[in-house]
Amino acid sequence: MGRKLLLEHIHVPGINTLEVYRQKGGYRALEKAIKTLTPDEVVEEVKKSGLRGRGGAGFPTGMKWSFLAKPERVARYLVCNADESEPGTFKDRYLMTYIPHALIEGMIVSSYALGANTSYIYVRGEMMPQIRILEKAIAEAKNAGLLGKNILGSGYDLELYVQPGGGAYICGEETALLESLEGKRGNPRIKPPFPAIAGLYGCPTVVNNVESIAAVVPIINNGGEEYAKIGIGRSTGTKLISASGNIVKPGVYEIELGLPVEEFIYSDEWCGGIANGKQLKATVAGGSSVPILPANLSLKLANGDPRLMSYESLSEGGFATGSMMGSGGFIAFDEDQCIVRNTWNFARFYHHESCGQCSPCREGTGWMEKVLHRLEYGHGKMSDIDLLVNVAKNIEGNTICPLGDAAAWPVASAIRHFRDEFEWHVKEPAKALNINYGLANYAAPIAKAEVTIGN
Amino acid sequence: MSDKVKVTIDGITVEVALGTSILNAARQIGGDIVPPAMCYYSKLEGSGGKCRTCIVKVSKGSEKDPRPMPKLVASCRTTVMDGMEVQNITSTEVIEARSGVVEMLLINHPLDCPVCDQAGECDLQNLSYEHGLQKTRYEFERRTFDRIDIGDKIQLHMNRCILCYRCVFTADQITNKRVHGILNRGDHSEISTYIQTAVNNDFSGNVIDVCPVGALTDKTFRFRNRVWFTKPIDAHRECLTCSGKVTLWYKGDDVLRVTARKDIYGEVEEFICNTCRFDKKKTADWVIEHPTHISDASVIASNHYETLKPLPVIQNNPQLQQANKVELEKTAKF
Amino acid sequence: MLKVEEQQPVEFSPSLLEKFGEIVKRYPEGKHKSGLLPILHETQAELGWLSTNAMDKIAAYLDIQDIEVYEVASFYSMYFLKPQGKYVMEVCRTGPCCLVGAENIMIHLEQSLGVKEGEVTSDGLFSWRGVECLAACGYGPVLQIGPEYTFYENLNEQKVDELIYDLRNK
Repeated sequence: MGRKLLLEHIHVPGINTLEVYRQKGGYRALEKAIKTLTPDEVVEEVKKSGLRGRGGAGFPTGMKWSFLAKPERVARYLVCNADESEPGTFKDRYLMTYIPHALIEGMIVSSYALGANTSYIYVRGEMMPQIRILEKAIAEAKNAGLLGKNILGSGYDLELYVQPGGGAYICGEETALLESLEGKRGNPRIKPPFPAIAGLYGCPTVVNNVESIAAVVPIINNGGEEYAKIGIGRSTGTKLISASGNIVKPGVYEIELGLPVEEFIYSDEWCGGIANGKQLKATVAGGSSVPILPANLSLKLANGDPRLMSYESLSEGGFATGSMMGSGGFIAFDEDQCIVRNTWNFARFYHHESCGQCSPCREGTGWMEKVLHRLEYGHGKMSDIDLLVNVAKNIEGNTICPLGDAAAWPVASAIRHFRDEFEWHVKEPAKALNINYGLANYAAPIAKAEVTIGN
Repeated sequence: MSDKVKVTIDGITVEVALGTSILNAARQIGGDIVPPAMCYYSKLEGSGGKCRTCIVKVSKGSEKDPRPMPKLVASCRTTVMDGMEVQNITSTEVIEARSGVVEMLLINHPLDCPVCDQAGECDLQNLSYEHGLQKTRYEFERRTFDRIDIGDKIQLHMNRCILCYRCVFTADQITNKRVHGILNRGDHSEISTYIQTAVNNDFSGNVIDVCPVGALTDKTFRFRNRVWFTKPIDAHRECLTCSGKVTLWYKGDDVLRVTARKDIYGEVEEFICNTCRFDKKKTADWVIEHPTHISDASVIASNHYETLKPLPVIQNNPQLQQANKVELEKTAKF
Repeated sequence: MLKVEEQQPVEFSPSLLEKFGEIVKRYPEGKHKSGLLPILHETQAELGWLSTNAMDKIAAYLDIQDIEVYEVASFYSMYFLKPQGKYVMEVCRTGPCCLVGAENIMIHLEQSLGVKEGEVTSDGLFSWRGVECLAACGYGPVLQIGPEYTFYENLNEQKVDELIYDLRNK
């Protein structure tokens, strides 16, 4: 059983209330930070912990904090990114629903570290129940003197507000989120300037994911060095993994980074194997944006070593044979799933969610969706496959924000690893409408898969 | 620290003020190495970064940090650093990527140039001539919108729009109240007033001048003539609202339309008011200055007397001179 | 584009205006435009959808241009710019939910309600639509019903039938 830092008490009845949360040691980190540490010392602990942003990019949180500009008499803001919308990811919803005070406490400690006196939690609008939960938790904390003026007699003031989004995946991008929080369309801003210099209302701002902020609590409680001891290499600590798709036990799991992927999928402690006695065909390891991998490359590296759930191991092999940790949205596909259909589905998602600012993403996402739809419904041409690769290439890296990349990677990777299945859709359109291509050799031993590498 | 920095673009070094963008540094050099810009507009704050046609490769970040930038960057919104080295037309990667962008801009564009009033002075037409593919790889129905009148002077052909946002910035920054904007999201985005509202403002006509394509056109000029058959003359008048400095577009003795004066990058020199643009269409309203300088590369120049000089091949050949007598007399006349 | 005369007059209740007042207090002085998204949510919760007249009133309240409200309301997918059924059933249609049967749920909804995606049943009670990922992939198929976005997880056809029955007889 792995160490649990965030979800240790998740099953304790009433843990969503301040009273029970405190009984279980809640708000100790706040007391420790505000009474015994300076803001810079809190930043230092987070730096030492090696915590990497849990929203998807994996950028070291402590370093992000240290970039925050601190001009005199200019407000600074901490904004929590709770716009969880990456397909496959639902960990933040889980955390906010069941243990909201973990986020509130993390927000207060982090705001103290950054010198913010007003902070916002930007929650996607669809999570109205979670918004109500957080509002209630904030009210509780405020009544207990943990928020508001002169927190715990320290002289530090903080107001914390929940802001609902309006329904837009793009607002998970931090500058789009800030635009949205300013009451505008969620169009990502051109960087530089980065939010650390000019963010919310033009003031220095840090935007952090829910899980990153919540992780600050155990980091302060146990010390950054202790946190860094968990995990493997530069992937320190624990990570919430949202497991979905064709597995026996979908749900949110807290793992120590470094857990073998195979163990995560098949152990009864975690996903419990593939549902209905089927076989694993493919995985998307970190949310829909990251490259999809066939079963063999999901479980093993190209050299045959086991693949681990860590930032480094999941991306081992680059895009040729690897994927990414992303936001930890782990989706498993069984042998009955159609890769072409799923790729079309994801392409439709990105088409729907493109903000429309940059021409390659605005036009290219819709184009890819149409071509994939044609392939899935039996009207595709062999040339469509290379066309998709080329359109994806023309979008990738050529947009203001990473949505272009996120739209291009799933398409490019699906064709890279499952080209035979795409070709089958063209050659056997009638069959493809009624039956699935099946497992093919996607779960075959790695040696075979290496032949296809470099496509 | 000096307030000047050195940047090298396609092997040409120039010294520019600190904070200059790569695009503007390239414009200081001039010529073929200037990246095309469809959304950036130097007179509109916040513009640029969106269309991606001005992308370039930064092969050396700066003297201090010589690492190349990992991705191609939008030259209009990337600031030069001292010692930066940039590749535009010397990089095949850039040329290919730009072709990719042009293709994206065209897949949903109606390509109705034969009936478009912007033809001949259209940035997209020029761009696709230089970078476009000869045939489209897009085999789906193009997106369409209804044509709408925004007020009695401006017509919006949303089908042609490339969502550069220039007109929105113009309305925000030049007029006192913005009534049109970008509605919806992604490739459903459209320029609209949402509820039928006339754009009535002293400076609203400038949206026509800043539009790089034929999406916003002057209804008073609609289908009156092809721009390359009209002759541009710079003129001015005393105007209380604007500078009164304009270009008059003549056909014969008639002023068919009035626009702001544009520089070689198609940007207006000074924004003009609607009275000058729409209501002053008699020569008597204006003090005529001189024929407008038109770039030789422009299709408008082909019928423009300022550049209607006999080609060298004609100058040296009496027979050809005789054959072109009428045209040559025209030149002499002006 | 809508014609001006299509607008219907609207009134905001005192309790709604009170909510607006609470919302704008969350932001620093002069930054009240930040309240636009929450205010649109509250208005939609009270009126069922956002008419242009309602949006114009919001613009006046926040002292911003009407177009700024239209731009925002039309950008985000949660705001209804057309009247909807009393219960809008929004089914997640993105990848992970489709792996566990979301597409069948949508087909079932269409058949049981007898209306296509986006349409309103003749009794005005229901409309349904597929929406993109609701971040509940482990509990799919899922659907939500506004304005409080109540969540229904691990759906099957029977559960959908029961839900429709309950809502009809509520």
